[in-house]
Amino acid sequence: MTTFPKTQIPQSQPTAQPANAADEAAVLDVHDVTVAYHRRPVLWDVDLTIAEPGLIGIVGPNGAGKSTLIKAILGLVPLASGRVRVFGQPVDSQRRRIGYVPQRESVDWDFPVSVLDVVLMGTYGRLGWFRRPGRRERDWALECLRQVGLADLARQQIGQLSGGQQQRTFLARALAQQADLYFMDEPMAGVDAATEHVIFALLGELRRQGKTVMVVHHDLRTVPEYFEQVVLLNMRLVASGPTEQVFTRENLQKAYGGRLDILDAAADAVAARERSR
Amino acid sequence: MIAYNTAVVLAGASLLGASTGLVGGFAVLRRRALLGDALAHAALPGVCLAFLVLDRRNLPAMLLGALVTGILGVSLLVGMRRATRVKEDAAIGIVLSVFFGAGLALSRIIQNRASGGSRAGLDSYIFGSAATMRLAELGLIAAVAAVCLAIVFVLYKEFKLVAFDMGFARVQGWPAGRLDLLLMGLIAVTVVIGLPAVGAVLVAAMLILPATAARFWTERLGKLLVISAVLGAATAAAGTLISAQFDGLPTGPTIVLVGAAAFLFSALFALRRGAVARVLAHLRFKRRLQDQRLLRAIFEAVEADLPERPVVTAAELAARAELSPAALHRAAAAGWLSAERGGYRLSEAGLARAASVMRGYRLWRLFLHEYADQHGAFGELDVEAVDERLPADLVATLEERLAAEGTLPHAAGPFARTSR
Amino acid sequence: MTSEFSFADIDWNQAVWTIAAAALSGSACALLGCYLVLRRMSLLGDAISHAILPGIAVAFWYGGTTAALPMFLGAVAVGLLTAVLTETLRSAAGVAEDAAMGVVFTSLFALGVVMIARLSAGQVDLDPDCVLYGRIEFVLNNSMIWRGYEIPVAMLPLSATLAATALFVALCWKELKIASFDPALATAMGLSAGVVHYLLMGMVAVASVAAFDSIGSVIVVAMLIVPGAAAHLLTDRLGPMLAWAAAIACVSAVLGYFAALYYNTVVAGMMAVVLGAEFALAALLAPRHGLISRAWHQLNLTLRIVSEDVIAALYRAEETSAALAPGAPQRDAGIAWAACSRLAGGGLTGWLALRRLLACGDVEAENRSLRLTEQGRHAAQSLVRSHRLWEAYLGEHFNLPLDHLHEPAERVEHYIGPKLQERLASELARPGVDPHGKEIPPS
Repeated sequence: MTTFPKTQIPQSQPTAQPANAADEAAVLDVHDVTVAYHRRPVLWDVDLTIAEPGLIGIVGPNGAGKSTLIKAILGLVPLASGRVRVFGQPVDSQRRRIGYVPQRESVDWDFPVSVLDVVLMGTYGRLGWFRRPGRRERDWALECLRQVGLADLARQQIGQLSGGQQQRTFLARALAQQADLYFMDEPMAGVDAATEHVIFALLGELRRQGKTVMVVHHDLRTVPEYFEQVVLLNMRLVASGPTEQVFTRENLQKAYGGRLDILDAAADAVAARERSR
Repeated sequence: MIAYNTAVVLAGASLLGASTGLVGGFAVLRRRALLGDALAHAALPGVCLAFLVLDRRNLPAMLLGALVTGILGVSLLVGMRRATRVKEDAAIGIVLSVFFGAGLALSRIIQNRASGGSRAGLDSYIFGSAATMRLAELGLIAAVAAVCLAIVFVLYKEFKLVAFDMGFARVQGWPAGRLDLLLMGLIAVTVVIGLPAVGAVLVAAMLILPATAARFWTERLGKLLVISAVLGAATAAAGTLISAQFDGLPTGPTIVLVGAAAFLFSALFALRRGAVARVLAHLRFKRRLQDQRLLRAIFEAVEADLPERPVVTAAELAARAELSPAALHRAAAAGWLSAERGGYRLSEAGLARAASVMRGYRLWRLFLHEYADQHGAFGELDVEAVDERLPADLVATLEERLAAEGTLPHAAGPFARTSR
Repeated sequence: MTSEFSFADIDWNQAVWTIAAAALSGSACALLGCYLVLRRMSLLGDAISHAILPGIAVAFWYGGTTAALPMFLGAVAVGLLTAVLTETLRSAAGVAEDAAMGVVFTSLFALGVVMIARLSAGQVDLDPDCVLYGRIEFVLNNSMIWRGYEIPVAMLPLSATLAATALFVALCWKELKIASFDPALATAMGLSAGVVHYLLMGMVAVASVAAFDSIGSVIVVAMLIVPGAAAHLLTDRLGPMLAWAAAIACVSAVLGYFAALYYNTVVAGMMAVVLGAEFALAALLAPRHGLISRAWHQLNLTLRIVSEDVIAALYRAEETSAALAPGAPQRDAGIAWAACSRLAGGGLTGWLALRRLLACGDVEAENRSLRLTEQGRHAAQSLVRSHRLWEAYLGEHFNLPLDHLHEPAERVEHYIGPKLQERLASELARPGVDPHGKEIPPS
């Protein structure tokens, strides 16, 4: 098994607008967003504002619309109503500053690309149409691979990797995007404990660099440990804000309805943290 | 004499069309439509080989040859998909084009060899020529078609089960695998007997067009199959007639064009599911949602002042919701509000409707808040539909809650419910 | 079947230009087809190549050829329309994707055939059959003189098409790559996957129209799909895949031409057959993904595992006999040949495995039974060590009953190498015995 180097992501190149807390515009402003499939709403009148950079977990039961929320923000699904602003601007103008790690299932593992190719894709946004990635992009991509501990697999075709390695490849790709705002859709799904640890160390480092990371997370028990802010979603926004205030039994009950077994585990986690204060 | 001939040809074509339409219904449901296309193309070399071996045109032999190579092609397809990393769509394309190319090469060889008339015979397998088929051959085709129809009729409920949910069928004890195989066999046979009439290139259309057109008219499988069969028969008959009338019109493409016309008509004008109907319904629905948004926004703005109805500025409205000028126009035209200096003012009727919309909205929001795990069953964008979607006692409970909080909207007068 | 055919009779001028035309049009289709295959859109390529027919018919009606640019563009537009119509049917009308494609392309193709049939009944020099397999045999009928050489006019649009295709692929290399691999990410990044999709479909339409004249619309399908599918089996990198596809297309042009001469039949048909043969070869012989290679690897793996099972059994037999008769020389312990064969799974596999063991010196035969050699004993010892360490690990960390430990260890022992052994041993604090009480051999 590989040992993971101390996570130390080199400072990425400065962006046009520095993402610091003194910035006027909120990082993310979702207003009155409704997404529907035919006449069935998937997201209904969601109002969400993320004012400052942070590490934010998005939780909710299956079918709550968590992935849809991310896709709606990114413009991948049409909005039935409402609008989205990122750093105060429409999303289309801010795509250079947004990074996206989609869910893993939809990938074609037979595609003839190497691990390095995949990570290089993260640099395409900055290059824009027609420009080729050059020496600088390759070096940067290799550096990102080094940070997730996959540098020696750079030339492998992606189908030959294990599940955890595949997920780390996509994470390296996200790093390569050098974004200020990241959306990750269940990055921890189906990975081993060691990889999960690496992923969260990386997320922490991103946070320290002043970036915002919004993560759809499936495991309620680890939410208080990992995220400083939480968004509880179930078609509507149930609650959002700092974890201590929002991640309460009452709110979880509202979001999950009567699913007590999950709630018990979560409530225990909450209670344990309360006790440890 | 001619009338008799035409009548027989028409009868044969109709029977053929009915069976391809019927079997095609199942094929499309099972997503096997293009597999039928591959089969048809793969059948061509078989036809040619039979011809080469027998050195003359013999319908049963050619159909048998078609069946053999067709099934060989599909088996290779399945094998490719299982044994290699080639995906299904590529496998279909490979089998389709390679076999068909081989068939074309063979047909030219035959053409070089044979003298005169046999060329027309072979050509009909590529583009179809129902009108020039001989009576005896027609008889064979009609018989096979009738048998296919009979099988589907007898095993209707079994096929329905297998087409819908193989796993369930198996669990219930049905030999689902064999039934599926029988269905595939019927598709193969239907495709093969369609070859002389419509030709290899387009026989897939006879499977797909009637069934896909029928889908616009109904959602129930039984009705769909009947409509599909009728459409298939009608288009085959019409196409044959038309192509017999005009010189130089090959039968196959003519039948397909008639079928395409029928499809287009269904897609556009079918009640409820046709494009026209759907677009209209969609527009109506979008307008309704926009109207509701507008009324909600304006109600929010004046709620505190009720029962007064002060003027609300356009800027205030825009701050609450994204509104289009068209929506405001519509609302004014419908009498919900009136445009006055500085903004808009709700009318009495407008206030009643706005209160109704707001009530619906708040009930929904409360419901989703309290019963978050039920939203899948009751999700609805149209907030005024709350009384139809939720049970009455639940609505009453929620209303009490709202009333207790003081947020249950009421107009300046007895509470009025607007009808749709 | 063959006419009197001899190499002396070949008109080499005809041959070279015909092959060139076929190779140019085929390569362009093959390059684009790689992306279609990777995106699982092979059948959309099929659909487009059929649907351009009405556009081509119109072009012939006006100009007698598709070489004129406006006609060319018109035909391309119809091809592009296919993609749009299919998508419209699917998203707006809720028709299943394959049915939508089937409806659109068969209708358009039928329309085209009817139009061409009427045209050929009229005045234009057009045989309905050429729709199917092109008129490449007549490519020299229309030629021009350039620097003293007689060159078919068709070379111009064909070369231009190949050049345009190569340019498109080179220019949009990374856009095509990311839009094919991860369309959601591409769109999120601002490289709209939708735009790339329609650009690709447009180029497919262009290549189909250009190839139509030479190889006909049905064989265009073969050129779009088969080289790409075969190349995908041969390599794991995108660049080489495109190169292989183009090469496969060119080979089919050459061999297809000569085969058509030999059998006196249409070039396009034989090209499709040659493509099929090339695909079959690739499927069988590809180094990593071919059937033979995979079967070979599978066989090797099986043989390795059963061989290891045999020597582990021999080792255990030695242990048992040593325990029963301590002091007796271990070399006497052995297992009968038949029993070994059964251990190795019997039949051909068993026989192969035993032969393999003998050949590499792990065992030796004596009196119809097998014995471990020094080398074999070493290997067996390591295996048994792995097995027992794993049992100890399972017993330590999982609450499994004793009789549940052997099975998993039987399977896993083949994959535990010396490094993992070290880690297990140190993690378990160097145990001496496994949960069953048997001694864990030293490393």
